[in-house]
Amino acid sequence: MEALSRLISDTKPIQTPDEAKKAAAAIGAGFAYGLAAIGPGIGIGYVVGKAIEAMARQPEAAGMVRTTMFLGIAFTEALALIGFVVFILLGL
Amino acid sequence: MLGLEFPQINEVIRWQNIFGSFNKIALMACAAAVIGIGVFLLAGNKDPLKAPKGIRNLAETIVEFIEDTIMQTIGKDGLVWTPWILSLFVFVYLCNVPGIIPILQMPVTARMALPLFLAVVVWIVYIAVGLRHQKAGYFKHMLWPPGVPVAMKPLVGLIEFASNIILRPFSLAIRLFANMLAGHMLLVTFSLLSAALFQAHTNKFLLVPMGILPLFMLIFLTAFEVLVGFLQAYIFMILTCVYIGQSRHSEHAEAH
Repeated sequence: MEALSRLISDTKPIQTPDEAKKAAAAIGAGFAYGLAAIGPGIGIGYVVGKAIEAMARQPEAAGMVRTTMFLGIAFTEALALIGFVVFILLGL
Repeated sequence: MLGLEFPQINEVIRWQNIFGSFNKIALMACAAAVIGIGVFLLAGNKDPLKAPKGIRNLAETIVEFIEDTIMQTIGKDGLVWTPWILSLFVFVYLCNVPGIIPILQMPVTARMALPLFLAVVVWIVYIAVGLRHQKAGYFKHMLWPPGVPVAMKPLVGLIEFASNIILRPFSLAIRLFANMLAGHMLLVTFSLLSAALFQAHTNKFLLVPMGILPLFMLIFLTAFEVLVGFLQAYIFMILTCVYIGQSRHSEHAEAH
């Protein structure tokens, strides 16, 4: 617990407007990525879950389902990645 | 806090120039091209009548894998694209792999230049293929899928134009770039974290053993990056196949 309290006490208070701007950007970047990850997370789960269901029902179509699954994942994931790029741009 | 100062993004992904603006990343990209060409030239020079083994076995497995993918996405008449798709896949994969090789430790595709260039090449190719196979009808089919009501045509046309012409190359490039950069940043974060914990000055009894945890995470993530490097090369390749396939056939399938 001592280490934890020292961690908190070591942080410097914000003094200039520039520092405040930087802190706000850092907070915004964190939220941007966190929020961007919610939707694609649900989406990828849904895509993969349905693909597994389809493969279990029709194992002979597994190859085709897998290809389509990767495509679906790629399209869904792009949204999360745009959030990540924004996260880096804001954090600069 | 803890003496852990996360470096600026430029420190993580920017390297010193060796000469001119030629740096380690460009060197690794050149090496990837040379290794890819070299492996397949070596494999091609082996006797085709004997049972394949060693390097030829590897090359044949990769070629078969690409042909399978093309058969599934473009169809039988798309097999003429095998050499180009193959070189694209091998090059992207060899550019992803340095991210987890010790000493190199930087995926070439984690800089925007290479993914963007490759995406633009793919963009030019699929538009050219569409124009060649469907003439001017390509843009008509692309903008208005069959069965769209007349009143909806301007709106649908605008959306389809934006998604097919503008967003496609960007999403292709950003997908590859951001995946590799995210992996690189994760590795940097966890290695810095465990280094900072191992070198802690205060509360040594608590903090030094705790450094094991990020180390385990680092090992796990390195294994994960092996998967991601392959998967991203595969996705880049399969999306290229899908785009070319859509340009060849007039029926419209929805994709971004």
